[in-house]
Amino acid sequence: MDFNIKTMAEYAAEGKAPEVLFWVGCAGSFDDRAKKITKAFCKILNKIGVEFGVLGQEESCTGDPAKRAGNEFVFQMMALTNIEVLNAYEVKKIVTACPHCFNTLKNEYPSLGGHFEVVHHTQFLKTLMEEGRLKIEGGAFKGKKITFHDPCYLGRANNEYEAPRILLEKLDAELVEMKRCKTNGLCCGAGGAQMFKEPEKGNKDINIERTEEALSFEPKVIATGCPFCNTMMTDGVKHFNKNEEVAVKDIVELLAEADDL
Amino acid sequence: MQYIDNVIFLILLVAGFGLFAKSLLKIYRNIQLGKEINRSDKKSERWETMARVAMGQSKMVKRPVAGILHLFVYVGFIIINIELIEIIVDGIFGTHRFLSSIFGHAFYSFFTATLEVLALLVIIGVVVFFIRRNFYGVKRLTMKELFGWPKHDANWILIIEFALMIAFLKMNTADWALQQRGLLPEHGSFPISSTLLGPIFSNFSDGFLFFTEKAAWWFHFVGILFFMNYLYYSKHLHIILAFPSTWFANLDKKGKFNNLESVTKEIKLMMDPNADPYAAPAEGAESDVPSKFGAEDIFDLNQVQLLNAYSCTECGRCTSVCPANITGKKLSPRLILMKTRDRLEEVGKNIDKNGKFVDDGKKLLNDYITKEELWACTTCNACTEACPILLDPLSIIFEMRRFLVMEQSAAPQELNLMMTNVENNAAPWQYNQADRLNWAND
Repeated sequence: MDFNIKTMAEYAAEGKAPEVLFWVGCAGSFDDRAKKITKAFCKILNKIGVEFGVLGQEESCTGDPAKRAGNEFVFQMMALTNIEVLNAYEVKKIVTACPHCFNTLKNEYPSLGGHFEVVHHTQFLKTLMEEGRLKIEGGAFKGKKITFHDPCYLGRANNEYEAPRILLEKLDAELVEMKRCKTNGLCCGAGGAQMFKEPEKGNKDINIERTEEALSFEPKVIATGCPFCNTMMTDGVKHFNKNEEVAVKDIVELLAEADDL
Repeated sequence: MQYIDNVIFLILLVAGFGLFAKSLLKIYRNIQLGKEINRSDKKSERWETMARVAMGQSKMVKRPVAGILHLFVYVGFIIINIELIEIIVDGIFGTHRFLSSIFGHAFYSFFTATLEVLALLVIIGVVVFFIRRNFYGVKRLTMKELFGWPKHDANWILIIEFALMIAFLKMNTADWALQQRGLLPEHGSFPISSTLLGPIFSNFSDGFLFFTEKAAWWFHFVGILFFMNYLYYSKHLHIILAFPSTWFANLDKKGKFNNLESVTKEIKLMMDPNADPYAAPAEGAESDVPSKFGAEDIFDLNQVQLLNAYSCTECGRCTSVCPANITGKKLSPRLILMKTRDRLEEVGKNIDKNGKFVDDGKKLLNDYITKEELWACTTCNACTEACPILLDPLSIIFEMRRFLVMEQSAAPQELNLMMTNVENNAAPWQYNQADRLNWAND
């Protein structure tokens, strides 16, 4: 990165608190593909001058995959540790690029003593745009066909369908909706801890079914808002040997590219 | 002897409703076998949800064809039940078309004409449903999991409703024809039966018309009693239980899974550096420890989940949108509810026979619902979104996964690895926590 990423510890040492805590998440921290999403988001925040901190080494898994696999012990161990750290920094607002982190922090932490305002990166950027801080221009994506794959944990789980679409519309791209979108969106196949295991026996994998649907519109880009969806759709596109023609990109990557960041 | 009709009627009425009440009590008792759950918060939102979803059918119409046909049958069913009041009064007191004496001529005509139109709409509805289900090949209605009783049950319901409506129209036509001949006082208006069946009935003799009117009246009445008592054995229970199911529905965000309080206490104790691990538990603390984590059998599920199992009408909207099912995996959310109900019924019969539940060596897990089904779920909530009456099969899947992991350590190996990683490295992959910020320097 050509600018400095500051941790909460560094802010605290200066006696300051950033506007928002960016919760990077495990995928965003370790997965090579998801790291690009993390960086793109940081570039946008940096460009428009949003002060943000990360936890860095103090961040842990939110516990989402353990929870949904049924392991309440491991989940709460993570959750209570994270809450202790977040409360120690008196964190008020959290933004995250992962709908699974977003859902867990927002919905499952409060009853364990973690009360924060949690937003998904698309919601955060939408607000910045409405406040006039973020300006989006179509740039490279003007007129190109983009289809958006709703992440279950942003959409159905938390009723957020508009924020990602509002951002995409600002790219002046041709946004085409799949038949299974919004409340009827089809899972990418990774949720509920499926990301970490082989799928059960069936006719085909879920991400193949979903990618097939997305590719039927012959888009230039399949837009995602979740690092796991991103992986699953990327694998799907490769399965159909379309990775030369069709890009799978997170919305923040599209915004960063449109802006030549 | 002139009262014999009324006496028979009264006996049938009392027996019919009595048996029905007995069935309802049995269902109530079985639901009580589940764990208590507090869903008495947000009362106004609950009433609103029930009014919108159960009475207003707001989710049914998301699939317009089935939704509108269902609306015909639903509205017809509700309004035609007002007719039941008239039948009961007429039956007990030997009156004829009792409501006409209260409603006045014009309004009674309007009332009977409305019923006629609705009866026709119900007939259209059930005929199309029958064709859709048996010949048209709607995938969710022709899946293997419905073979046997569920399929027959569905057809019986449609046939009974069809027969009841036909009897209703026959009764009206005979009445109308007799009114035309001046043999019965003129009450009501019968636009459908007079035009559809009227021309045929005009040729019948007076005696046969009287007989037909009476016979159809009795058939209609006995049919309603029969249908009411058939409900207990049928998936058609939803006509009653859709109401409590929507009232008790989960109002939280779909992504919010419950946190086990008993675990919180343990972990807090673990994390507290001042806690004495050997300290005797505080008075009464022992009762807080759950006997079991998650659900292995129906006793471990909560009462709303059991109510859900009885409320499911097996429409399969959940299964038709389930990503696992779509891609050929064994999981079917509908089947999760059906199997829960089957097991609950089995336990109920066990209690009927033995006075209390005697271990039968079976469990909901493995004997009914397999691990393979449970592990195929992506927790995407497509099923709960699709359910027209807000049932929650996902919560059952989740509780059973909890049992598998926390009681039996029976997760798939890769998931065990993931959980170990989360526990030791604070990430689902085996990376060092100290490397979390490496991306910033790449």
